[in-house]
Amino acid sequence: MEHSSLAGRIFRGVALTLILIFFMFPIVWIFLMSFQTNEQILRIPPRILFEPTLANYEALISGQLRTAAGNLQISFMRNLFNSVVLSSAAVLLALLLGVPAAYAFARFKFRLGESIAFTLLSFRFAPPLLVLLPLSLYYQELGLNDTYFGIVWVYQLIALPLILWIVRGYFEDISPDIEHAYRLAGHSWREAFTRIAVPLAGPGIAAAGLLSFIFCWNNFVFALILASADKQPVTVGALAFVTASGIQYGQIAAAIVLSVTPTLLLALYAQRYLVEGLSLGAVKG
Amino acid sequence: MSMVQLLQTNAQATPAKPRPRVRLLPYLLSLPALLVCVAILVPFVTAAVYSLQRYRLNLPHLRGFIGAGNYIDFLSDPAFWNTFRVSITYTVVTVVLELLLGLGIALLLRRPTRFHNAVSIMLLLPLMTAPAIAALMWKLMTNPSFGILSYLVGLFGVTDFKWASDPSSALFTVVLVDVWVYTPFIMILLLAGLRSLPRQPFEAAALDGVPASFVFFRITLPMLAPYIITASLFRLLDSIQQFDIIYAMTQGGPGDRLMVFQVQAYLEFFQYTNVGRSAALLMILWLITNILSNIFIKNWLRLRARAHGHT
Repeated sequence: MEHSSLAGRIFRGVALTLILIFFMFPIVWIFLMSFQTNEQILRIPPRILFEPTLANYEALISGQLRTAAGNLQISFMRNLFNSVVLSSAAVLLALLLGVPAAYAFARFKFRLGESIAFTLLSFRFAPPLLVLLPLSLYYQELGLNDTYFGIVWVYQLIALPLILWIVRGYFEDISPDIEHAYRLAGHSWREAFTRIAVPLAGPGIAAAGLLSFIFCWNNFVFALILASADKQPVTVGALAFVTASGIQYGQIAAAIVLSVTPTLLLALYAQRYLVEGLSLGAVKG
Repeated sequence: MSMVQLLQTNAQATPAKPRPRVRLLPYLLSLPALLVCVAILVPFVTAAVYSLQRYRLNLPHLRGFIGAGNYIDFLSDPAFWNTFRVSITYTVVTVVLELLLGLGIALLLRRPTRFHNAVSIMLLLPLMTAPAIAALMWKLMTNPSFGILSYLVGLFGVTDFKWASDPSSALFTVVLVDVWVYTPFIMILLLAGLRSLPRQPFEAAALDGVPASFVFFRITLPMLAPYIITASLFRLLDSIQQFDIIYAMTQGGPGDRLMVFQVQAYLEFFQYTNVGRSAALLMILWLITNILSNIFIKNWLRLRARAHGHT
Protein backbone atom coordinates (compact mmCIF):
# COMPACT_ATOMS: atom_id res chain seq x y z
CA MET A 1 0.00 0.00 0.00
CA GLU A 2 2.71 2.47 0.96
CA HIS A 3 4.06 4.28 -2.06
CA SER A 4 7.49 4.83 -0.63
CA SER A 5 9.35 5.11 -3.93
CA LEU A 6 10.70 8.60 -4.66
CA ALA A 7 8.75 8.92 -7.91
CA GLY A 8 5.58 7.93 -6.11
CA ARG A 9 6.14 10.50 -3.38
CA ILE A 10 6.84 13.27 -5.87
CA PHE A 11 3.72 12.35 -7.84
CA ARG A 12 1.57 12.43 -4.71
CA GLY A 13 3.04 15.75 -3.62
CA VAL A 14 2.47 17.40 -6.98
CA ALA A 15 -1.05 15.97 -7.30
CA LEU A 16 -2.08 17.13 -3.83
CA THR A 17 -0.65 20.60 -4.45
CA LEU A 18 -2.59 20.97 -7.70
CA ILE A 19 -5.78 19.72 -6.04
CA LEU A 20 -5.41 22.16 -3.15
CA ILE A 21 -4.79 25.05 -5.55
CA PHE A 22 -7.85 24.20 -7.65
CA PHE A 23 -10.22 23.89 -4.71
CA MET A 24 -8.85 26.62 -2.45
CA PHE A 25 -7.85 29.30 -4.93
CA PRO A 26 -11.38 30.65 -5.70
CA ILE A 27 -12.15 31.12 -2.01
CA VAL A 28 -8.81 32.82 -1.29
CA TRP A 29 -9.04 35.01 -4.39
CA ILE A 30 -12.58 36.27 -3.71
CA PHE A 31 -11.59 36.88 -0.08
CA LEU A 32 -8.66 39.04 -1.21
CA MET A 33 -10.86 40.80 -3.77
CA SER A 34 -13.31 41.82 -1.07
CA PHE A 35 -10.59 44.03 0.47
CA GLN A 36 -9.76 45.81 -2.78
CA THR A 37 -11.09 48.94 -4.40
CA ASN A 38 -12.52 48.70 -7.89
CA GLU A 39 -9.36 50.34 -9.29
CA GLN A 40 -7.18 47.70 -7.64
CA ILE A 41 -9.40 44.91 -8.96
CA LEU A 42 -9.31 46.24 -12.52
CA ARG A 43 -5.52 46.50 -12.54
CA ILE A 44 -3.71 44.35 -15.14
CA PRO A 45 -1.70 42.34 -14.27
CA PRO A 46 -3.48 41.49 -10.99
CA ARG A 47 -1.38 41.87 -7.85
CA ILE A 48 -1.34 39.70 -4.77
CA LEU A 49 0.05 42.51 -2.63
CA PHE A 50 -2.18 45.53 -2.19
CA GLU A 51 -3.32 48.11 0.33
CA PRO A 52 -6.40 46.47 1.90
CA THR A 53 -9.56 48.51 2.36
CA LEU A 54 -12.68 47.89 4.40
CA ALA A 55 -14.76 50.22 2.22
CA ASN A 56 -16.64 47.36 0.56
CA TYR A 57 -17.81 45.95 3.88
CA GLU A 58 -18.66 49.42 5.18
CA ALA A 59 -20.82 50.06 2.14
CA LEU A 60 -22.64 46.74 2.58
CA ILE A 61 -23.19 47.22 6.31
CA SER A 62 -24.34 50.83 6.03
CA GLY A 63 -26.51 49.94 3.04
CA GLN A 64 -25.23 52.92 1.07
CA LEU A 65 -23.39 52.23 -2.15
CA ARG A 66 -21.70 55.21 -3.79
CA THR A 67 -21.44 54.72 -7.53
CA ALA A 68 -20.60 57.00 -10.43
CA ALA A 69 -24.33 57.25 -11.10
CA GLY A 70 -25.07 58.39 -7.53
CA ASN A 71 -26.06 56.75 -4.27
CA LEU A 72 -27.58 53.29 -4.39
CA GLN A 73 -29.61 51.80 -1.54
CA ILE A 74 -28.71 48.20 -0.91
CA SER A 75 -30.36 45.84 1.52
CA PHE A 76 -27.76 43.14 1.77
CA MET A 77 -27.86 43.14 5.56
CA ARG A 78 -31.57 42.49 5.26
CA ASN A 79 -30.77 39.42 3.12
CA LEU A 80 -28.32 38.21 5.72
CA PHE A 81 -30.94 38.66 8.42
CA ASN A 82 -33.49 36.77 6.30
CA SER A 83 -31.08 33.88 5.83
CA VAL A 84 -30.62 33.61 9.58
CA VAL A 85 -34.36 33.78 10.30
CA LEU A 86 -35.44 31.40 7.52
CA SER A 87 -32.77 28.76 8.15
CA SER A 88 -33.13 28.79 11.95
CA ALA A 89 -36.92 28.63 11.84
CA ALA A 90 -36.83 25.85 9.24
CA VAL A 91 -34.46 23.76 11.35
CA LEU A 92 -36.47 24.30 14.55
CA LEU A 93 -39.68 23.29 12.81
CA ALA A 94 -37.99 20.26 11.23
CA LEU A 95 -36.63 19.16 14.62
CA LEU A 96 -40.05 19.57 16.20
CA LEU A 97 -41.74 17.55 13.45
CA GLY A 98 -38.91 15.16 12.68
CA VAL A 99 -37.49 13.97 16.01
CA PRO A 100 -40.73 12.41 17.35
CA ALA A 101 -41.37 10.83 13.95
CA ALA A 102 -37.81 9.51 13.78
CA TYR A 103 -38.31 7.98 17.21
CA ALA A 104 -41.55 6.35 16.13
CA PHE A 105 -39.95 4.92 12.98
CA ALA A 106 -36.97 3.59 14.94
CA ARG A 107 -38.96 1.98 17.76
CA PHE A 108 -42.19 0.79 16.17
CA LYS A 109 -42.29 -1.07 12.89
CA PHE A 110 -45.47 0.07 11.18
CA ARG A 111 -46.27 0.42 7.53
CA LEU A 112 -47.42 4.02 7.60
CA GLY A 113 -44.11 4.94 9.21
CA GLU A 114 -42.05 3.36 6.46
CA SER A 115 -44.26 5.00 3.83
CA ILE A 116 -43.75 8.45 5.35
CA ALA A 117 -40.02 7.94 5.75
CA PHE A 118 -39.55 6.82 2.15
CA THR A 119 -41.93 9.40 0.70
CA LEU A 120 -39.93 12.14 2.40
CA LEU A 121 -36.71 10.59 1.16
CA SER A 122 -38.01 10.51 -2.40
CA PHE A 123 -39.07 14.19 -2.12
CA ARG A 124 -35.43 14.97 -1.51
CA PHE A 125 -34.71 13.69 -5.03
CA ALA A 126 -37.72 15.03 -6.89
CA PRO A 127 -37.31 18.20 -8.99
CA PRO A 128 -38.00 21.06 -6.56
CA LEU A 129 -39.71 23.17 -9.24
CA LEU A 130 -42.33 20.45 -9.66
CA VAL A 131 -43.59 21.31 -6.18
CA LEU A 132 -42.64 24.99 -6.17
CA LEU A 133 -44.41 26.20 -9.29
CA PRO A 134 -47.91 24.94 -8.38
CA LEU A 135 -47.22 25.93 -4.78
CA SER A 136 -46.49 29.51 -5.82
CA LEU A 137 -49.98 29.65 -7.37
CA TYR A 138 -51.55 28.13 -4.24
CA TYR A 139 -49.61 30.50 -2.02
CA GLN A 140 -50.94 33.49 -3.95
CA GLU A 141 -54.49 32.34 -3.23
CA LEU A 142 -53.77 31.51 0.41
CA GLY A 143 -51.87 34.75 1.02
CA LEU A 144 -48.76 32.76 1.96
CA ASN A 145 -46.77 34.15 -0.92
CA ASP A 146 -43.80 36.12 0.28
CA THR A 147 -44.24 35.24 3.95
CA TYR A 148 -41.53 33.79 6.18
CA PHE A 149 -43.87 30.97 7.14
CA GLY A 150 -44.51 29.99 3.53
CA ILE A 151 -40.80 29.73 2.79
CA VAL A 152 -39.97 27.96 6.07
CA TRP A 153 -42.67 25.40 5.30
CA VAL A 154 -41.11 24.59 1.92
CA TYR A 155 -37.65 24.36 3.49
CA GLN A 156 -38.99 21.22 5.21
CA LEU A 157 -38.35 19.53 1.86
CA ILE A 158 -34.63 19.85 2.60
CA ALA A 159 -34.49 19.75 6.38
CA LEU A 160 -37.06 17.09 7.25
CA PRO A 161 -35.69 14.09 5.28
CA LEU A 162 -32.22 14.83 6.59
CA ILE A 163 -33.27 15.09 10.23
CA LEU A 164 -35.67 12.19 10.02
CA TRP A 165 -33.19 9.73 8.55
CA ILE A 166 -30.13 10.75 10.54
CA VAL A 167 -31.91 10.93 13.88
CA ARG A 168 -33.71 7.66 13.14
CA GLY A 169 -30.29 6.03 12.72
CA TYR A 170 -29.20 7.37 16.10
CA PHE A 171 -32.33 6.08 17.82
CA GLU A 172 -31.87 2.68 16.19
CA ASP A 173 -28.33 2.52 17.52
CA ILE A 174 -29.57 2.98 21.10
CA SER A 175 -30.64 -0.30 22.62
CA PRO A 176 -34.36 -0.21 23.44
CA ASP A 177 -33.61 -2.23 26.60
CA ILE A 178 -32.66 0.90 28.51
CA GLU A 179 -36.01 2.47 27.74
CA HIS A 180 -37.85 -0.78 28.51
CA ALA A 181 -36.24 -0.93 31.91
CA TYR A 182 -37.13 2.70 32.55
CA ARG A 183 -40.71 2.12 31.41
CA LEU A 184 -41.02 -0.97 33.63
CA ALA A 185 -40.06 1.19 36.58
CA GLY A 186 -43.40 2.90 36.08
CA HIS A 187 -42.42 5.83 33.87
CA SER A 188 -44.56 6.86 30.91
CA TRP A 189 -43.26 6.55 27.34
CA ARG A 190 -43.05 10.34 27.22
CA GLU A 191 -40.60 10.33 30.11
CA ALA A 192 -38.63 7.53 28.46
CA PHE A 193 -38.53 9.56 25.26
CA THR A 194 -37.53 12.91 26.77
CA ARG A 195 -35.26 11.64 29.59
CA ILE A 196 -33.60 8.64 27.96
CA ALA A 197 -33.87 8.52 24.17
CA VAL A 198 -33.48 12.21 23.26
CA PRO A 199 -30.48 12.88 25.55
CA LEU A 200 -28.74 9.72 24.29
CA ALA A 201 -29.34 10.71 20.66
CA GLY A 202 -28.46 14.33 21.51
CA PRO A 203 -25.20 14.61 19.55
CA GLY A 204 -26.88 13.15 16.48
CA ILE A 205 -29.83 15.49 16.77
CA ALA A 206 -27.51 18.48 17.11
CA ALA A 207 -25.45 17.40 14.12
CA ALA A 208 -28.53 16.84 11.98
CA GLY A 209 -29.79 20.29 12.98
CA LEU A 210 -26.51 21.99 12.09
CA LEU A 211 -26.32 20.25 8.74
CA SER A 212 -29.86 21.07 7.76
CA PHE A 213 -29.14 24.66 8.73
CA ILE A 214 -26.26 24.68 6.25
CA PHE A 215 -28.38 23.15 3.49
CA CYS A 216 -31.26 25.57 4.09
CA TRP A 217 -28.85 28.50 4.09
CA ASN A 218 -27.35 27.37 0.78
CA ASN A 219 -30.69 26.89 -0.90
CA PHE A 220 -31.43 29.17 -3.79
CA VAL A 221 -34.41 28.08 -5.84
CA PHE A 222 -37.11 28.03 -3.14
CA ALA A 223 -36.74 31.66 -2.20
CA LEU A 224 -36.10 32.70 -5.80
CA ILE A 225 -39.66 31.61 -6.56
CA LEU A 226 -41.50 32.31 -3.32
CA ALA A 227 -39.86 35.46 -1.89
CA SER A 228 -39.78 39.08 -2.96
CA ALA A 229 -36.87 41.42 -2.21
CA ASP A 230 -37.52 41.99 1.49
CA LYS A 231 -37.79 38.26 2.32
CA GLN A 232 -34.91 37.01 0.18
CA PRO A 233 -31.97 35.17 1.74
CA VAL A 234 -28.36 35.89 0.76
CA THR A 235 -28.21 33.38 -2.08
CA VAL A 236 -30.96 35.16 -4.01
CA GLY A 237 -29.99 38.58 -2.67
CA ALA A 238 -26.39 38.28 -3.87
CA LEU A 239 -27.56 37.54 -7.41
CA ALA A 240 -29.95 40.49 -7.36
CA PHE A 241 -27.16 42.61 -5.96
CA VAL A 242 -24.90 41.74 -8.90
CA THR A 243 -27.60 42.87 -11.31
CA ALA A 244 -28.29 46.07 -9.37
CA SER A 245 -24.77 47.20 -8.58
CA GLY A 246 -23.36 46.36 -12.00
CA ILE A 247 -19.65 46.97 -11.83
CA GLN A 248 -19.07 47.32 -8.07
CA TYR A 249 -16.91 44.21 -8.04
CA GLY A 250 -15.36 44.79 -4.64
CA GLN A 251 -18.76 44.95 -2.98
CA ILE A 252 -19.91 41.85 -4.85
CA ALA A 253 -16.87 39.99 -3.50
CA ALA A 254 -17.56 41.27 0.01
CA ALA A 255 -21.20 40.19 -0.28
CA ILE A 256 -20.03 36.72 -1.35
CA VAL A 257 -17.67 36.51 1.62
CA LEU A 258 -20.43 37.50 4.04
CA SER A 259 -22.80 34.97 2.46
CA VAL A 260 -20.51 31.96 2.71
CA THR A 261 -18.67 32.65 5.98
CA PRO A 262 -21.43 31.35 8.32
CA THR A 263 -21.82 28.03 6.50
CA LEU A 264 -18.09 27.51 6.09
CA LEU A 265 -17.51 28.08 9.80
CA LEU A 266 -20.39 25.79 10.75
CA ALA A 267 -19.09 23.15 8.36
CA LEU A 268 -15.64 23.28 9.95
CA TYR A 269 -17.25 23.00 13.36
CA ALA A 270 -19.46 20.06 12.37
CA GLN A 271 -17.03 18.38 9.99
CA ARG A 272 -17.04 15.14 11.99
CA TYR A 273 -20.70 14.69 11.05
CA LEU A 274 -20.55 15.93 7.48
CA VAL A 275 -20.14 12.53 5.84
CA GLU A 276 -23.16 11.26 7.68
CA GLY A 277 -25.22 14.31 6.78
CA LEU A 278 -24.21 14.33 3.13
CA SER A 279 -25.16 10.67 2.71
CA LEU A 280 -28.42 11.16 4.68
CA GLY A 281 -27.11 8.83 7.34
CA ALA A 282 -25.96 5.97 5.12
CA VAL A 283 -22.21 6.41 5.62
CA LYS A 284 -20.50 7.15 8.90
CA GLY A 285 -17.32 9.21 8.95
CA MET B 1 -32.14 -10.19 42.54
CA SER B 2 -30.85 -8.44 39.44
CA MET B 3 -31.75 -4.92 38.47
CA VAL B 4 -33.98 -6.03 35.62
CA GLN B 5 -35.84 -8.51 37.79
CA LEU B 6 -36.31 -5.83 40.37
CA LEU B 7 -37.76 -3.52 37.74
CA GLN B 8 -40.00 -6.29 36.51
CA THR B 9 -41.53 -7.05 39.90
CA ASN B 10 -41.92 -3.35 40.37
CA ALA B 11 -43.81 -3.12 37.10
CA GLN B 12 -46.08 -5.99 38.01
CA ALA B 13 -47.11 -4.10 41.08
CA THR B 14 -48.28 -1.10 39.04
CA PRO B 15 -51.31 -1.63 36.78
CA ALA B 16 -50.44 -2.21 33.11
CA LYS B 17 -51.02 0.70 30.72
CA PRO B 18 -54.00 0.23 28.38
CA ARG B 19 -52.76 -1.34 25.13
CA PRO B 20 -54.60 0.78 22.51
CA ARG B 21 -52.72 3.93 23.57
CA VAL B 22 -49.42 2.27 22.83
CA ARG B 23 -50.58 1.15 19.40
CA LEU B 24 -51.79 4.64 18.59
CA LEU B 25 -48.59 6.22 19.78
CA PRO B 26 -46.40 5.74 16.67
CA TYR B 27 -49.17 7.22 14.53
CA LEU B 28 -49.52 10.23 16.80
CA LEU B 29 -45.78 10.80 16.78
CA SER B 30 -45.52 10.67 13.01
CA LEU B 31 -48.68 12.66 12.34
CA PRO B 32 -46.87 16.01 11.83
CA ALA B 33 -44.42 14.45 9.38
CA LEU B 34 -47.36 12.88 7.56
CA LEU B 35 -48.94 16.30 7.33
CA VAL B 36 -45.84 17.69 5.63
CA CYS B 37 -45.93 14.77 3.19
CA VAL B 38 -49.54 15.43 2.28
CA ALA B 39 -48.95 19.18 2.00
CA ILE B 40 -46.18 18.51 -0.49
CA LEU B 41 -48.08 15.84 -2.37
CA VAL B 42 -50.91 18.29 -3.10
CA PRO B 43 -48.84 20.63 -5.33
CA PHE B 44 -47.19 17.56 -6.85
CA VAL B 45 -50.54 16.14 -7.94
CA THR B 46 -51.56 19.61 -9.10
CA ALA B 47 -48.48 19.75 -11.31
CA ALA B 48 -49.42 16.38 -12.81
CA VAL B 49 -52.89 17.75 -13.59
CA TYR B 50 -51.49 21.00 -15.06
CA SER B 51 -49.28 18.95 -17.36
CA LEU B 52 -52.45 17.58 -18.99
CA GLN B 53 -53.93 21.02 -19.57
CA ARG B 54 -53.56 23.86 -21.99
CA TYR B 55 -52.87 26.43 -19.29
CA ARG B 56 -51.27 29.80 -19.90
CA LEU B 57 -51.37 32.44 -17.19
CA ASN B 58 -51.75 35.22 -19.78
CA LEU B 59 -54.59 33.45 -21.62
CA PRO B 60 -56.76 32.03 -18.81
CA HIS B 61 -59.89 31.67 -20.98
CA LEU B 62 -58.12 29.11 -23.21
CA ARG B 63 -57.50 26.81 -20.26
CA GLY B 64 -58.69 23.26 -20.80
CA PHE B 65 -57.89 19.58 -20.66
CA ILE B 66 -55.82 18.41 -23.61
CA GLY B 67 -54.72 14.98 -22.39
CA ALA B 68 -51.19 14.17 -23.44
CA GLY B 69 -51.11 17.18 -25.79
CA ASN B 70 -48.19 18.90 -24.07
CA TYR B 71 -46.19 15.69 -24.11
CA ILE B 72 -46.97 14.91 -27.75
CA ASP B 73 -45.87 18.44 -28.71
CA PHE B 74 -42.47 17.76 -27.17
CA LEU B 75 -41.81 14.90 -29.58
CA SER B 76 -41.61 17.24 -32.55
CA ASP B 77 -40.16 20.19 -30.64
CA PRO B 78 -36.45 20.87 -31.21
CA ALA B 79 -36.35 23.02 -28.05
CA PHE B 80 -37.39 20.00 -25.97
CA TRP B 81 -34.78 17.74 -27.54
CA ASN B 82 -32.16 20.43 -27.00
CA THR B 83 -33.13 20.52 -23.31
CA PHE B 84 -32.98 16.75 -23.15
CA ARG B 85 -29.57 16.60 -24.83
CA VAL B 86 -28.06 19.44 -22.76
CA SER B 87 -29.31 17.93 -19.48
CA ILE B 88 -28.00 14.47 -20.26
CA THR B 89 -24.64 15.82 -21.48
CA TYR B 90 -24.26 18.01 -18.42
CA THR B 91 -25.16 15.13 -16.09
CA VAL B 92 -22.89 12.54 -17.69
CA VAL B 93 -19.91 14.88 -18.01
CA THR B 94 -20.11 16.24 -14.46
CA VAL B 95 -20.70 12.88 -12.79
CA VAL B 96 -17.93 11.08 -14.71
CA LEU B 97 -15.41 13.87 -14.05
CA GLU B 98 -16.35 14.15 -10.38
CA LEU B 99 -16.23 10.40 -9.90
CA LEU B 100 -12.76 10.04 -11.44
CA LEU B 101 -11.38 13.08 -9.66
CA GLY B 102 -13.11 12.25 -6.36
CA LEU B 103 -11.86 8.67 -6.41
CA GLY B 104 -8.34 9.84 -7.25
CA ILE B 105 -8.29 12.32 -4.37
CA ALA B 106 -9.78 9.80 -1.94
CA LEU B 107 -7.02 7.32 -2.84
CA LEU B 108 -4.36 10.00 -2.32
CA LEU B 109 -5.77 10.87 1.10
CA ARG B 110 -6.44 7.30 2.14
CA ARG B 111 -3.90 7.01 4.96
CA PRO B 112 -5.40 8.91 7.94
CA THR B 113 -2.43 11.16 8.66
CA ARG B 114 -2.97 14.57 10.21
CA PHE B 115 -1.99 16.28 6.94
CA HIS B 116 -4.40 14.18 4.88
CA ASN B 117 -7.23 14.87 7.29
CA ALA B 118 -6.52 18.60 7.12
CA VAL B 119 -6.59 18.49 3.32
CA SER B 120 -9.87 16.57 3.26
CA ILE B 121 -11.46 19.12 5.59
CA MET B 122 -10.25 22.01 3.44
CA LEU B 123 -11.67 20.36 0.34
CA LEU B 124 -15.09 20.33 1.99
CA LEU B 125 -15.30 24.11 1.84
CA PRO B 126 -16.36 24.32 -1.84
CA LEU B 127 -19.10 21.79 -1.11
CA MET B 128 -20.39 23.94 1.74
CA THR B 129 -20.51 27.02 -0.47
CA ALA B 130 -24.00 27.69 -1.83
CA PRO B 131 -23.88 26.59 -5.51
CA ALA B 132 -25.50 29.85 -6.64
CA ILE B 133 -22.83 31.82 -4.77
CA ALA B 134 -20.11 29.54 -6.16
CA ALA B 135 -21.33 30.44 -9.66
CA LEU B 136 -20.98 34.13 -8.76
CA MET B 137 -17.43 33.54 -7.53
CA TRP B 138 -16.46 31.93 -10.81
CA LYS B 139 -18.26 34.67 -12.70
CA LEU B 140 -15.98 37.21 -11.02
CA MET B 141 -12.93 35.11 -11.81
CA THR B 142 -13.85 34.63 -15.46
CA ASN B 143 -14.86 38.23 -16.11
CA PRO B 144 -13.34 39.19 -19.50
CA SER B 145 -11.94 42.54 -18.31
CA PHE B 146 -10.39 41.70 -14.93
CA GLY B 147 -11.04 38.04 -14.16
CA ILE B 148 -7.96 36.28 -12.88
CA LEU B 149 -8.69 33.16 -14.94
CA SER B 150 -9.11 35.20 -18.13
CA TYR B 151 -5.75 36.79 -17.32
CA LEU B 152 -4.11 33.42 -16.64
CA VAL B 153 -5.30 31.77 -19.85
CA GLY B 154 -4.13 34.95 -21.62
CA LEU B 155 -0.60 34.23 -20.36
CA PHE B 156 -0.80 30.94 -22.27
CA GLY B 157 -1.67 32.80 -25.45
CA VAL B 158 -5.42 32.11 -25.25
CA THR B 159 -6.75 35.62 -25.61
CA ASP B 160 -10.42 36.40 -26.03
CA PHE B 161 -11.60 33.27 -24.21
CA LYS B 162 -15.15 34.16 -23.23
CA TRP B 163 -15.95 31.37 -20.72
CA ALA B 164 -19.68 31.21 -19.99
CA SER B 165 -20.69 33.92 -22.47
CA ASP B 166 -19.47 32.04 -25.52
CA PRO B 167 -21.63 29.13 -26.80
CA SER B 168 -18.55 27.00 -27.45
CA SER B 169 -17.16 27.27 -23.91
CA ALA B 170 -20.34 27.83 -21.83
CA LEU B 171 -20.85 24.14 -21.03
CA PHE B 172 -17.19 23.77 -20.12
CA THR B 173 -17.43 26.71 -17.72
CA VAL B 174 -20.53 25.54 -15.81
CA VAL B 175 -19.14 21.99 -15.69
CA LEU B 176 -15.99 23.47 -14.15
CA VAL B 177 -18.05 25.16 -11.42
CA ASP B 178 -20.05 21.96 -10.82
CA VAL B 179 -16.82 19.95 -10.56
CA TRP B 180 -15.43 22.53 -8.13
CA VAL B 181 -18.48 22.35 -5.88
CA TYR B 182 -19.36 18.65 -6.01
CA THR B 183 -16.12 16.67 -6.45
CA PRO B 184 -15.57 16.92 -2.67
CA PHE B 185 -18.94 15.19 -2.20
CA ILE B 186 -17.75 12.06 -4.01
CA MET B 187 -14.32 12.37 -2.42
CA ILE B 188 -15.60 12.48 1.15
CA LEU B 189 -17.97 9.52 0.70
CA LEU B 190 -15.36 7.37 -1.01
CA LEU B 191 -12.74 8.34 1.56
CA ALA B 192 -15.04 7.21 4.36
CA GLY B 193 -15.66 4.01 2.38
CA LEU B 194 -11.97 3.37 1.75
CA ARG B 195 -11.09 3.85 5.39
CA SER B 196 -13.81 1.46 6.52
CA LEU B 197 -12.60 -1.43 4.33
CA PRO B 198 -11.18 -4.43 6.21
CA ARG B 199 -7.37 -4.56 6.20
CA GLN B 200 -6.80 -8.30 5.81
CA PRO B 201 -7.17 -8.61 2.00
CA PHE B 202 -4.70 -5.78 1.49
CA GLU B 203 -2.21 -7.21 4.00
CA ALA B 204 -2.45 -10.62 2.37
CA ALA B 205 -1.91 -9.09 -1.08
CA ALA B 206 1.12 -7.17 0.18
CA LEU B 207 2.61 -10.35 1.69
CA ASP B 208 2.17 -12.19 -1.59
CA GLY B 209 3.74 -9.33 -3.52
CA VAL B 210 0.64 -8.79 -5.68
CA PRO B 211 1.14 -5.85 -8.08
CA ALA B 212 -0.56 -2.57 -7.14
CA SER B 213 -2.76 -2.45 -10.24
CA PHE B 214 -4.12 -5.91 -9.45
CA VAL B 215 -4.86 -4.88 -5.87
CA PHE B 216 -6.67 -1.77 -7.12
CA PHE B 217 -8.85 -3.46 -9.77
CA ARG B 218 -9.49 -6.77 -8.01
CA ILE B 219 -9.68 -5.76 -4.35
CA THR B 220 -10.10 -2.02 -3.80
CA LEU B 221 -12.64 -1.26 -6.55
CA PRO B 222 -14.96 -4.23 -5.93
CA MET B 223 -14.99 -3.60 -2.19
CA LEU B 224 -15.59 0.08 -2.72
CA ALA B 225 -18.34 -0.52 -5.29
CA PRO B 226 -21.34 0.06 -2.98
CA TYR B 227 -19.93 3.46 -2.00
CA ILE B 228 -19.13 4.36 -5.60
CA ILE B 229 -22.62 3.39 -6.75
CA THR B 230 -24.39 5.30 -3.99
CA ALA B 231 -22.24 8.42 -4.40
CA SER B 232 -22.65 8.41 -8.20
CA LEU B 233 -26.41 7.92 -8.08
CA PHE B 234 -26.67 10.70 -5.53
CA ARG B 235 -24.79 13.01 -7.87
CA LEU B 236 -26.69 11.81 -10.96
CA LEU B 237 -29.96 12.69 -9.26
CA ASP B 238 -28.78 16.15 -8.27
CA SER B 239 -26.91 16.87 -11.48
CA ILE B 240 -29.79 16.15 -13.85
CA GLN B 241 -31.80 18.67 -11.85
CA GLN B 242 -29.06 21.29 -11.72
CA PHE B 243 -30.56 24.76 -11.54
CA ASP B 244 -28.60 27.05 -9.20
CA ILE B 245 -25.22 27.06 -10.94
CA ILE B 246 -26.60 27.38 -14.46
CA TYR B 247 -29.24 29.95 -13.58
CA ALA B 248 -26.82 32.12 -11.61
CA MET B 249 -24.16 31.85 -14.31
CA THR B 250 -26.07 32.30 -17.59
CA GLN B 251 -29.83 31.71 -17.05
CA GLY B 252 -29.59 28.90 -19.60
CA GLY B 253 -27.79 30.96 -22.22
CA PRO B 254 -26.03 31.96 -24.34
CA GLY B 255 -29.05 31.29 -26.56
CA ASP B 256 -30.32 27.88 -25.47
CA ARG B 257 -26.87 26.39 -24.99
CA LEU B 258 -27.36 25.52 -21.30
CA MET B 259 -31.12 25.08 -21.26
CA VAL B 260 -31.36 22.17 -18.82
CA PHE B 261 -34.73 20.82 -17.64
CA GLN B 262 -35.34 22.95 -14.60
CA VAL B 263 -34.05 26.19 -16.14
CA GLN B 264 -36.24 25.60 -19.18
CA ALA B 265 -39.26 24.84 -16.96
CA TYR B 266 -38.59 27.97 -14.90
CA LEU B 267 -38.50 30.15 -18.01
CA GLU B 268 -41.59 28.47 -19.50
CA PHE B 269 -43.42 29.33 -16.31
CA PHE B 270 -42.22 32.84 -15.56
CA GLN B 271 -41.23 34.20 -18.96
CA TYR B 272 -43.74 32.52 -21.27
CA THR B 273 -46.32 31.92 -18.49
CA ASN B 274 -47.02 28.52 -20.04
CA VAL B 275 -47.91 26.53 -16.93
CA GLY B 276 -49.04 23.39 -18.78
CA ARG B 277 -45.85 23.06 -20.78
CA SER B 278 -43.66 23.82 -17.79
CA ALA B 279 -45.44 21.17 -15.72
CA ALA B 280 -45.15 18.57 -18.49
CA LEU B 281 -41.43 19.25 -18.76
CA LEU B 282 -41.03 18.76 -15.01
CA MET B 283 -43.10 15.58 -15.05
CA ILE B 284 -40.69 14.10 -17.60
CA LEU B 285 -37.78 15.10 -15.40
CA TRP B 286 -39.56 13.59 -12.42
CA LEU B 287 -40.04 10.31 -14.30
CA ILE B 288 -36.30 10.14 -14.98
CA THR B 289 -35.34 11.00 -11.39
CA ASN B 290 -37.92 8.61 -10.00
CA ILE B 291 -36.42 5.65 -11.85
CA LEU B 292 -32.94 6.71 -10.72
CA SER B 293 -34.00 7.30 -7.13
CA ASN B 294 -35.58 3.84 -6.86
CA ILE B 295 -32.25 2.31 -7.83
CA PHE B 296 -30.51 4.74 -5.51
CA ILE B 297 -32.65 3.94 -2.47
CA LYS B 298 -31.95 0.20 -2.80
CA ASN B 299 -28.19 0.79 -2.75
CA TRP B 300 -28.47 3.48 -0.12
CA LEU B 301 -30.38 1.16 2.22
CA ARG B 302 -27.70 -1.48 1.86
CA LEU B 303 -24.98 1.00 2.86
CA ARG B 304 -27.14 2.29 5.69
CA ALA B 305 -27.60 -1.23 7.07
CA ARG B 306 -23.82 -1.68 6.94
CA ALA B 307 -23.18 1.61 8.78
CA HIS B 308 -25.61 0.66 11.52
CA GLY B 309 -24.10 -2.77 11.91
CA HIS B 310 -27.07 -4.94 10.96
CA THR B 311 -26.13 -6.44 7.60
